[in-house]
Amino acid sequence: MINGLKGEKNSIDAVLTLHRHTFRHGVHPPENKEDTNGLPIRRFPFSPLIILPVAQHLGAPSKLVVKEGQEVVRGQLLAEADGYVSVPLHAPVTGKIRKIANVPTISGKMVPGIYLEAAPSSTQELIEGEGVDYHTATPDEILAGVQNAGIVGLGGAAFPTHAKLKIPEGKHCDDLIINGIECEPYLTTDHRVMLEQPNDIFMGIRYLLKSTGAKRAIIGIEANKQDAADFLSGRLPDDIPVTVEVVPVKYPQGAEKMLITALLGKEVPSGGLPIDVHAVVVNVATTAEIGRLLPHGRGIQERVITITGPGVNKKGNYLIPIGTPLRYALDQVEVNGRISEVYMGGPMMGVAVSNLDISIVKGTSGIVVFTDQEVSRPDRIYPCIKCGACVDACPLSLNPSKLGILAKFEAYDEMAKEYHLMDCFECGSCSYVCPSHIPLVQYFRLSKSIVRKRKAS
Amino acid sequence: MSVQTLNISTSPHLTKGLSTETIMFHVVLAMLPMVFFAIYSFGFNAALVIFTAVVSCVLTEHVLCRISKKPTTIGDWSATITGILLGLTLPPIFPLWMTFLGGVIAIAMGKFLFGGLGYNAFNPALVGRAILQAAFPVAITTWYGAFQLDRFSTINASVLAFPFTEPIVDGTTGATPLSAFKFDGVTTDATDLAFGLVSGSAGETSAILIILGGLYLIRRGFMNWRIPMAILLTVFVFSGLLFWIDPVKYPSPLFMLLSGGLMLGAVFMATDMVASPITSLGVVIYGIIIGALVVVIRIWGGLPEGVMYAILLGNAISPHIDRLIRYRVYGTSKLQKS
Repeated sequence: MINGLKGEKNSIDAVLTLHRHTFRHGVHPPENKEDTNGLPIRRFPFSPLIILPVAQHLGAPSKLVVKEGQEVVRGQLLAEADGYVSVPLHAPVTGKIRKIANVPTISGKMVPGIYLEAAPSSTQELIEGEGVDYHTATPDEILAGVQNAGIVGLGGAAFPTHAKLKIPEGKHCDDLIINGIECEPYLTTDHRVMLEQPNDIFMGIRYLLKSTGAKRAIIGIEANKQDAADFLSGRLPDDIPVTVEVVPVKYPQGAEKMLITALLGKEVPSGGLPIDVHAVVVNVATTAEIGRLLPHGRGIQERVITITGPGVNKKGNYLIPIGTPLRYALDQVEVNGRISEVYMGGPMMGVAVSNLDISIVKGTSGIVVFTDQEVSRPDRIYPCIKCGACVDACPLSLNPSKLGILAKFEAYDEMAKEYHLMDCFECGSCSYVCPSHIPLVQYFRLSKSIVRKRKAS
Repeated sequence: MSVQTLNISTSPHLTKGLSTETIMFHVVLAMLPMVFFAIYSFGFNAALVIFTAVVSCVLTEHVLCRISKKPTTIGDWSATITGILLGLTLPPIFPLWMTFLGGVIAIAMGKFLFGGLGYNAFNPALVGRAILQAAFPVAITTWYGAFQLDRFSTINASVLAFPFTEPIVDGTTGATPLSAFKFDGVTTDATDLAFGLVSGSAGETSAILIILGGLYLIRRGFMNWRIPMAILLTVFVFSGLLFWIDPVKYPSPLFMLLSGGLMLGAVFMATDMVASPITSLGVVIYGIIIGALVVVIRIWGGLPEGVMYAILLGNAISPHIDRLIRYRVYGTSKLQKS
């Protein structure tokens, strides 16, 4: 609602948004999912060399527990968590540690890591630890199990999942939301996981319900994956309170805040977390991973990734060992010679790759390859004509037009104070719609980092 | 796999593929039927006036870009739009030298002085016209009857008036429906107004073509429908109320809607994106203010027509509307301080 007329009418807002079953504003980029959404998940071969950055998550880097030259078995612990907001790292393949040295990452930074040589005859066999039984485990034991499995948000954020599941003192969780939205164009990872791993998902939900104390679980799915919604609805187990809800297709519905509004009709307070409205949101692939790993005490060593885009010949959804070099992955799927841009993640929020020697990490949800034919750079940036397209696209109802003008004048403090800059989660809807091709979200990213630096100093 | 260079850029890597240039070009397309109708009903005179206005605007923009050592911006079509709009708001027999001057003023003072496209506080075409009206009050109210038999064979002497001379007023001029009503108390038939069978500025006479052009832009998503809707509804309701109180003294709301420059102003001028507010509620308030001002000026003011001043005043307050009316930011419940 518009603030000029309505002061505190959250209840009316809630009714309206619930009724619409979605959130305010947003955009509709072309989905381009039909190339891969019908293709079953296929297992990828082991790359002869696996490159593992030690820190594949947000938070403290893990501590290495192996030495150069050591032989490791698939599933063996390579690095242990260093602190609470940190997760361990497991060997994705049986082989020998060739080198412990800095490895390239997508940001261009070299970080400490491991070069792991796969044994020529390595199998799918893997080491198992001590399983966590959801019947008997306490919430804290489940959280420890999640941490020990090395699980991070597989939707792309790579935040340690157990840290997110930890309900802060004095707060409680009512609704557990399983995020099967996958609003990024091209990506079909979560779609396939929902169609192929229903039991893992439901097992994961059992663990999650117990650890969060939530009263119910809702699996949120966008209407372009109706088959997945029908499939899961037909298999809902009786022992847990879980439902499937289908919401209209709209970007960025996969963002936590937007999904909570779409499903619950509540708004997460500015600067707050989902738990402030008694909700916890977990990605559906992460949930499946919890359901698959915890009963056996395994660590995460592979993940499902959609490799697609006009530059790929063998598009598909692949189960790929963590640490597989990007160059090897692209060779396997036969990339067209004229590739010009490669993104990790989807085209809306994914990061462009500058170096094919980086490797696939836990947070990589997709690889999209464009050839020079699809990539078109806007020839010029026009001044803002105040058409309002960005204002009607911003899911947070910020005013990107005004923020963009202020950014040009370097009025960062005013942007943060008066125009809620720090709420922006960089979905890019504003830049997507701007007819003047103003790099709005790019300005905001820069502005946010400047504001953060100023605050720190 | 051979890779020459990998391009990197920050997300998003997709765009909607719409450009400012495209939007502006479609606005030009939407105005073409009005231009053709103006030429059809007013003949060569109107063609010359519109052509001169466009040439003057585009030329001024080009020259000013060159002087300020910037790449020329005539390719974005916005100067063309200003030229067409200016031409359409002038009487069909307006002297060409004045028209040219109007175009220079519109671009130089209405647009360039503020910083060019995107920074103009007012609709540039209206700035040009307002100054012409102040400078040449006689010429700008010298009308010409529509569908005169010699419209394609002769050029009115007034049109070709020598620069810096006032035109000779011609005997064949016709009063506009609004001035006929204002000064003589005569109302014009609504069907004549709708189809443009009346006297007036070159482009303001056919309400139907203006509405069709507007619908085209709305359908393409290049025009905020709330602006013309709010203006026209306000005029209809406000003047309807007056008509209901005293049908003899006040004109009918249908006459108010279809006469003068209201349709052209509401659809093609008040909708200038740069000079109108940005939020949905903001543009509705903006439209209501313009609509109310139109009725007030037409009925109680000294001028027969008030659309131009109403829109200019609306433009003036639109930044203030944007400051006061903002969307409530997600996750906040309090009204923001402004």
